[in-house]
Amino acid sequence: MQIIESPTKYDVVIVGSGAGGGMAAKILADEGLKVAVVEAGPFFDPANPEQQTQLKWPWESPRRGASTVRHFGDFDSAYGGWDIEGEPYTNTEDSNFRWFRSRMLGGRTNHWGRISLRFGPKDFKRKDQDGLGDNWPIGYEDVKPYYDKVDKLIGVFGTNEGLPNDPDGFFLPPPKPRLHELFYIKGAKKSNIPVIPSRMSMLTKKINKERGVCFYCGQCSRACQVYADFSSGTCLIFPAQKSGGQIDLFVNCMVREVTTDEEGRATGVSYINKEDRKEYKLHGKVVVLAASACSSARILLNSKSKQHPNGLGNSSNVVGKYLHDSTGVSRAVFVPDLMNRKTYNEDGVGGMHVYSPWWLDNKKLDFPRGYHIEVWGGMGMPSYGFGFNVNEFNKFFGLKVGGYGNGLREDVKKYYGSVLGFGGRGESVPQQDNYCEIDPTKVDEFGIPVLRFNYQWTDYEHKQVNHMQDTFEELAHNMGGEILGDRPSKEAKHGISPPGWIIHEVGTTRMGDNPKTSVVNKFQQLHDTDNVFIVDAGPFVSQADKNPTWTILALSWRTSDYIIEQLKQQNI
Amino acid sequence: MDRRKSIKSIILGSVAGGLAMHGCKPEAEAAADGDALLTSEHHFGRTPEEKELIQELNAEQFFNVHELETLGVLCDLILPANAEFGSATDAGVPDFIEFMAKDIPEMQTDLRGGFMWLDHKCNTEFGTEFKTAAEEQQKQILDTIAYPDVEVPSEEHPLEIQFFSLIRNLTLTGYYTSKMGITDLGYKGNMPNVWDGVPDEVLAQHGVAYDPDWLAKCVDQSKRGIIAEWDEAGNLLT
Repeated sequence: MQIIESPTKYDVVIVGSGAGGGMAAKILADEGLKVAVVEAGPFFDPANPEQQTQLKWPWESPRRGASTVRHFGDFDSAYGGWDIEGEPYTNTEDSNFRWFRSRMLGGRTNHWGRISLRFGPKDFKRKDQDGLGDNWPIGYEDVKPYYDKVDKLIGVFGTNEGLPNDPDGFFLPPPKPRLHELFYIKGAKKSNIPVIPSRMSMLTKKINKERGVCFYCGQCSRACQVYADFSSGTCLIFPAQKSGGQIDLFVNCMVREVTTDEEGRATGVSYINKEDRKEYKLHGKVVVLAASACSSARILLNSKSKQHPNGLGNSSNVVGKYLHDSTGVSRAVFVPDLMNRKTYNEDGVGGMHVYSPWWLDNKKLDFPRGYHIEVWGGMGMPSYGFGFNVNEFNKFFGLKVGGYGNGLREDVKKYYGSVLGFGGRGESVPQQDNYCEIDPTKVDEFGIPVLRFNYQWTDYEHKQVNHMQDTFEELAHNMGGEILGDRPSKEAKHGISPPGWIIHEVGTTRMGDNPKTSVVNKFQQLHDTDNVFIVDAGPFVSQADKNPTWTILALSWRTSDYIIEQLKQQNI
Repeated sequence: MDRRKSIKSIILGSVAGGLAMHGCKPEAEAAADGDALLTSEHHFGRTPEEKELIQELNAEQFFNVHELETLGVLCDLILPANAEFGSATDAGVPDFIEFMAKDIPEMQTDLRGGFMWLDHKCNTEFGTEFKTAAEEQQKQILDTIAYPDVEVPSEEHPLEIQFFSLIRNLTLTGYYTSKMGITDLGYKGNMPNVWDGVPDEVLAQHGVAYDPDWLAKCVDQSKRGIIAEWDEAGNLLT
């Protein structure tokens, strides 16, 4: 089979259309550059009636939204999940890394939680504080101007609180708390745990003429048909196309490798068209990888040549190493004071209206690095699973559990909206021994060698999630609630989620000044090959207890500005 | 131009800016493919593969006639009609359970075995199958399996108790995810609206209040349509 080469020479070939790829596509196309965006999944637009799940009722799905097919249920917009047919990955013995991929235009930005937190000054310089891991080669002051621009371009609600490590920004006003959130605020206050309005990228107010304003259906995980929440397709790629940008989208195209010339410089990418299963090549002056931390590492490691025998950008042997995810533990609590609720529409925005940023000093604790607390609850729309164990909470009142008959209708109403949940999301310490690498024994259905993961949490993370458990029990008690389920034992690692489960995997192509210990420089440019850049979360040196998307966006914008400048100066 | 093509042109026209997509099938071929499939049914965002799976499952039949009749009787014992709303079968619950048994095949043996247990028990006690027994006799049997000891982990209960818990779970979930059940529950959302806080009487009922300082930071919904502008310090001006 001959590889089919496209005659078009692009200025930039971008691999991946999520947060990083979408931002790069917008900034570079707005500058007039000719851009190709290569996406492994199909075209997706939440305004397309055929792809919409927003405002659908549970009975429109024969399985009533059960998660048999989609990991987060039939109405979640992710095409993909932790397991994708024909696209396997493996783990070394005892390792259980779980790798979530969304194969669709916009990637995981179509269904993510929209929690949009800036990293703070301390987050870029963790080694200075606890001696662990490494500092970033850049600081908050380098990224701040881009965070500001991202806030204004995309829109994020929140409040300026003047907190030292949770910086202020350009916020839209937040929505009012819901009832269960008022209970959370009250409970947290008793333990001096701060609670502030959430910072999330939904438009509570108009930001431009193109995008709609939030209409409070609480379904951002289904992707918004009026583009009132941030998705890469709706907020970056489509607007860039609409304003005349030269963007060619290649959907259902799975990139195999970055191609290089005799000098070892990138010439473009080769990809498999999923429709005809043939291999194609695209040419570009610059290649921008935005395929996700692990996918970009995989592409680099699979891009072997005479000039790059260890994989592209991997002379340091660091590609794939320092992989890290957020820590996570969740508990739920039954709050008797939230029983017997009058029903009204409290859908609100998708997710929480309030949260707790990290509030303690690790110097006084037995673990490094902090966590934030996310809150959920309320009178949500029923879907598969609603009404299971209908009157289980009767046991807290010494009443009989179970039964049948019309009394169950009262039980359902009595307990509807009385459960509140906490999620702790913490910063882990990056480890060289936690990595992804190529598994030489396996390929995916496109013939591309797959990733093998090796990942163990350390005592730092175990102790941190144990502290989360203590906090959650204290909060439950403060609310007069009954915490549900048994506390996971020390042997069960205090209930810590498997790595990858929080879907914040970062660090596989980390940034640094030293080419021997890092993959990209502070402009996310490969040390080894000056016309290849990485704008997903691979370059993160450390993760912070902040969700990575806002930082991916800011850094992708910064890198795109750098690419434009370097092209103008004819340096690349 | 048929509906599917017109939708496609609307999307390409208004959003993607007339751009041609590469990499996928040639336009004509892609459009011809799914026409018959897509135009005749309502959409809830399924991919072509997901649609195919649903069609496959719908083409199969898991429960036989006797099992379906027994299921109907059982569902309505669990959730009979009341003055205002219909029963579980009125809300289509047996059809839903039939689908789920195919969608999650791990449940099949427990479901089928559970029905056999019910008939065996009823035949032994009353000399008749469960579905034709008198309601009092049916309830007598249910009373032995409907109240599990909560101190015992659910998977350690005898199968007949696990079976009944499973049927009760599926019946309630099927009912409360139906149009009738959602009306009965009083869920008021899933429609465009403007969230402006918890009603006062609800705050009073649950003994909580808004902090005025917090409220002052929240969105003024009368200005939601005005484009946001800030000063240099990030203070919202509009």
